[in-house]
Amino acid sequence: MNNILKKSSSFYDVYERRPGADKLTTTYCPGCGHGVLHKLIAEALDDFGVRDKTIFISPVGCSVFAFYYFHTGNVQVAHGRAPAVATGIKRAHPHSVVISYQGDGDLAAIGIAEIMHAANRGEGITVFFVNNAIYGMTGGQMAPTTLIGQKTMTTPRGRTVKNEGFPICMSEIIATLKAPVFVERVMIGDTKSTMHTRQTVRKALKLQIEKNAFTFIEVLAACPSNMKMTPSRSKQWVKEVLADNFPLGVKKDISEEFEPKDLSRVVVKNSELHDALNLETAKVDSEKIAPYREKMINEEIKVAGFGGQGVLSLGTVLSEMGMRHNYEVSWLPSYGPEMRGGTANCSVKISKKKIGSPLVANPTVLIAMNRPSLDKFEHDVISGGLIVYDDSLIDRKPVRDDVEVIAIPATKLADDLGNTKAANMVIVGALIEYKDLMSQEVVLESLGDVLKRKNLVELNQKAIIRGAEFIKNLKK
Amino acid sequence: MAKQFLKGNEAVVKGAILAGCRAYYGYPITPASEIAHAAAMYMPICGGTFIQAESEVAAINMVYGAASAGERVMTASSGPGISLKQEGVSYCAGSELPCVIVDIVRGGPGLGNIAPEQSDYNQVVKGGGHGNYKVIVLAPNSVQEMCDLGMLAFDLADKYRNPVYVLTDGFIGQMMEPVEFPEPIEKIPEKSWVVKGTDETSNNLITSIELDPDDLERHNQKLQQKYAIVKEQEQRAEEYRTDDAEIILIGYGIVSRILQTVVDKLREEGVKAGMLRPITLFPFPTKSMTKLAKSAKFFLTVEMSNGQLVDDVRLIIEGKIPVYLYNRMGGNVPSIKEIHDEVMKLMRLS
Ligand SMILES: Cc1ncc(C[n+]2csc(CCOP(=O)(O)OP(=O)(O)O)c2C)c(N)n1
Ligand code: SF4
Repeated sequence: MNNILKKSSSFYDVYERRPGADKLTTTYCPGCGHGVLHKLIAEALDDFGVRDKTIFISPVGCSVFAFYYFHTGNVQVAHGRAPAVATGIKRAHPHSVVISYQGDGDLAAIGIAEIMHAANRGEGITVFFVNNAIYGMTGGQMAPTTLIGQKTMTTPRGRTVKNEGFPICMSEIIATLKAPVFVERVMIGDTKSTMHTRQTVRKALKLQIEKNAFTFIEVLAACPSNMKMTPSRSKQWVKEVLADNFPLGVKKDISEEFEPKDLSRVVVKNSELHDALNLETAKVDSEKIAPYREKMINEEIKVAGFGGQGVLSLGTVLSEMGMRHNYEVSWLPSYGPEMRGGTANCSVKISKKKIGSPLVANPTVLIAMNRPSLDKFEHDVISGGLIVYDDSLIDRKPVRDDVEVIAIPATKLADDLGNTKAANMVIVGALIEYKDLMSQEVVLESLGDVLKRKNLVELNQKAIIRGAEFIKNLKK
Repeated sequence: MAKQFLKGNEAVVKGAILAGCRAYYGYPITPASEIAHAAAMYMPICGGTFIQAESEVAAINMVYGAASAGERVMTASSGPGISLKQEGVSYCAGSELPCVIVDIVRGGPGLGNIAPEQSDYNQVVKGGGHGNYKVIVLAPNSVQEMCDLGMLAFDLADKYRNPVYVLTDGFIGQMMEPVEFPEPIEKIPEKSWVVKGTDETSNNLITSIELDPDDLERHNQKLQQKYAIVKEQEQRAEEYRTDDAEIILIGYGIVSRILQTVVDKLREEGVKAGMLRPITLFPFPTKSMTKLAKSAKFFLTVEMSNGQLVDDVRLIIEGKIPVYLYNRMGGNVPSIKEIHDEVMKLMRLS
């Protein structure tokens, strides 16, 4: 035990961060389990030579001031969140030794989601879970681990199963998960059990240092102050009562077969980032778009139909092609549950001028791909505007007589080409031909860059040509 | 410069990566989910980390960890998720951790809906969590600005060691526009105060706890001094046709795009209207506002919330000129016509 009593070099010699005159002793009550566990951890860090690599996370609870003592990197965190913070740190610095230190309120009550998920991800961290069956810092309230019948400030007549349920066995729960490598419940009771705890602490830290393994050590410990016991009586209580309710022992150990986990990230040079982010610039032959340079385009287009008809991509293709012709463009979808099964629509603006509101309330062009869309938006179209509708699906004509109307059997034409889904591109072809919005050549050439599904490019090119032909025949 | 046509939600992620951000921790929520999708797609292949956290609470604490470790880190969410993050944001502000939080606001309160609103204004701009803290809030109104202000957010976060929000609405997140992407930044600034698991950083401490009232008061005063500098140096606003304007329309985010069109329409009709668009909501652009109040007949604040923005405008104008409110809520977006008619009505009144 001697080396435990000697001050470890992973502790500060003088606790400068501790307020007040006493800079040499800890803030823990005599007989408190935290103090002993701190020593066991510090000693292990010394012996493994990893003090400098260690980042210690102190929770909210009596161990909130662990940073007074540990001469390591220290991060003090919100109540229950240490495993989440540990995740952020370990992912940033995989070589570091990250210790998430938590009490039973912190880990098993407010923070139960964070510990479960950090464990389940198998974060390469070591968790020390001090189970003293009570909330120490806030003055002795019930913890999730408080025993049945145990009196606390919030169970003044003793914890009952009826009102509070059973004490929660975290080690057993964590051990059911696949990712944790080593889970053990130990105690700080008599000298013998403390010596065993010392071995367990070392094993857990070693597994992080060597293999980036997730390990979870539950330490049964005393809070003599809140138990209103003497230090020696409280240790006896831990040994005789607490350990009787929370069986000691290894709950899971796959450390032998566990392969070291490589947490390092890929290295990407700055010069490679644009490629990695797919930021290729659209290349357009300026000759080909020259005829459109002086065109005073100002179209506000509403595209509407069933979800699945490619309404949104009709809009994105129009806008992306517009961008390639140096127009100002914007695209705004109707989003949310509407999209699921029901109708979908989007607003597209293509203009020579800077675009204000991206929302199209009164379209210059309405593209209606089903009857509900025609019903819904027909009357919004500006006087003198254009309605393009799929008359292979819509069984009525528009009633407006102050607008231009194009009836195009887009779905039928697409079917003839072999795929209903190309109806949207038939309409793209028709619209740019009718309005002479863009160069068909450029549109066809760029389609491969714009469409996500590369295997459909050829079909869609045909559909665009077919749509344009339809208009040419109309004009004849 | 690379030009791409993409959603606001995607642009903010690509911008972030170009700004040196290599960690994303978040929980999905409409209409912010594409941010998570893009981060999941690009972070790992750009040498970063993406984790879908178990909750927004966990996500902001992972951010806390990554920021403590010196990373440029971000998270994103919308109304309900931002509510959950507030404790963590307060801790970040208290511990002076730089991080970027994107809020793509949806309709509230409660589950509300997923249509665009601006009702997170108070919970974001006023700090939202517990304690005397402030966060810097940038309010993009285009997809280009989702990239540009997103990148600026990281610089400001590091410069002031403070959380920075990118606050916008479902429309700006969901819409697509062309964006010109700059070259990546050379390297992120050195931070000597972080924990890196190295000997040089083994004396560093990230914390927000100060038990002694005098110490905590000093810490608070230091924070307030920082916020005062931010107020002095970081105000940003766009003025549109304000030179001779007698009527000033005020709005941010998607509203400002609509206001711009309204102003054009009013000008065509001979009405001397202009627009002031706050780009920073904290610091609030008080300088432009007080300047414009000197020559304007009245201000009309247009917002998609219950007067949260107009409260701040009125606080600055202190009754010197009338400050009116026109608002929609629940996910409805004010139309050009509605706002135009409101201006006409107010002109008759004044
Ligand atoms: C969000 C939040 N809720 C409540 C508290 C108050 N609080 C501080 S410590 C604590 C309980 C700590 O108990 P435990 O985790 O068992 O640690 P111990 O003090 O026993 O070591 C509570 C409830 C807090 N700081 N933050
Ligand atoms: S109150 Fe209990 S847990 Fe806290 S320091 Fe004292 S003995 Fe330890």
